[in-house]
Amino acid sequence: MADLVAVLATTHHPFFYRASTAPPESRPDFADEWVRKVEAYRETLTRARPDVLVMVGSDHFHQLFYDNMPQFLIGKAPYYDGNYYNEEREFGLPRMRLKGHEELSAYLLRAGLDAGFDFAFSNELRVDHSITCPIITTRPRADLPIVPIYTNIFAPPLPRPWRFVQLGRTLRQLVEAWPSAERVAIIGTGHLSLELGGPRQFGPHGPDPEFDRKAVEWIANGDIEAALREVTLDSLWTPGNATHGFMDFMLMMGVAGPIKADYADSLDLFHTMEAYFTWYPKGAAA
Amino acid sequence: MVSEGSGRMSKYLVNKFLYSIDRDPALVERYRADPRGTVTWWEAERANVILNLPEMERSTWQAFTEAEREALATHDYVKLFELGAHHFLTLTLYIALFERDYAEPLGFQREYARQLQRWSLPYPDITT
Repeated sequence: MADLVAVLATTHHPFFYRASTAPPESRPDFADEWVRKVEAYRETLTRARPDVLVMVGSDHFHQLFYDNMPQFLIGKAPYYDGNYYNEEREFGLPRMRLKGHEELSAYLLRAGLDAGFDFAFSNELRVDHSITCPIITTRPRADLPIVPIYTNIFAPPLPRPWRFVQLGRTLRQLVEAWPSAERVAIIGTGHLSLELGGPRQFGPHGPDPEFDRKAVEWIANGDIEAALREVTLDSLWTPGNATHGFMDFMLMMGVAGPIKADYADSLDLFHTMEAYFTWYPKGAAA
Repeated sequence: MVSEGSGRMSKYLVNKFLYSIDRDPALVERYRADPRGTVTWWEAERANVILNLPEMERSTWQAFTEAEREALATHDYVKLFELGAHHFLTLTLYIALFERDYAEPLGFQREYARQLQRWSLPYPDITT
């Protein structure tokens, strides 16, 4: 059976690429610390020596729209082009091409259906910054095949938080039952408190530092039950109108299980808090 | 019969407009330079084109309400927020339209937040 060698849950900040590659004269003052934290986090993935990356993210109305909106979707394609004109325009993100892992995609689709998750699928998916940002931060060589999994955290009606946790638990079971000798890492990105297109956007820090403090504690301690007790689709509006992206963190808590993260770090940036977590299901040395 | 712009479905159409303009560099510039003309053209020619279908398989019933049409034609992002347009779509397109007019980084984004200050929770419903 395949080895699940690392589980990573992090924020995806589209400004990191530009901040970290800017020439010295236009480099923002927070860039150095940010780069240090990201490089330390990258090492937590490198150390696990994965062969394939299952990437959980959420399309930001790029390919998926209200005319045909899936709740959970798995890509099954030999390649995924990445990033869009409007991400190039707003964030300076580069065009990318990532290799797919069709065998693992096909397995997860079939086994997922049999386990009660009626995934939508796509044979031609262009991934956006929810997938490419964690590649840029945790695997900038972009040399490993991926399986992208998209969740709907944007277009109501959304699945409820418990469903994201359940999907995470199921993904872990499926990956661990995959008849393969490959080493799999599951990397998911979401948000802590975040406001976009509302009155609390782009403040000096995230819109709800108290939520962020609690959320970081839930994730770092693997306290899924506390998160499920406090977080509902309605409650997520309170920390910020884009905070439903926190459900991707809850999905990753489902993958990791109710245990403390082996690595936890965060960084208070303007308008949102960055957070970095890694678990080693087989132990750090495996 | 469905009356013009009835109920919730035109919220979908506002989102479709924001989405369609935002993904096309030429339309972004056209909408910046001539918002009313762009909205009029788009509603007449594009509103009924289903995104993943050939043009001949179009819908027959899409139309903005008067308030939606006016908000889009006047670049009124505060009104769009009030009408329940998706906040992410509005923000992304309007950054493309107006960020260039502000000298400070995030200057437009902060002005946008100031313009929305009178809103507190619950925000207008974005459900389509």
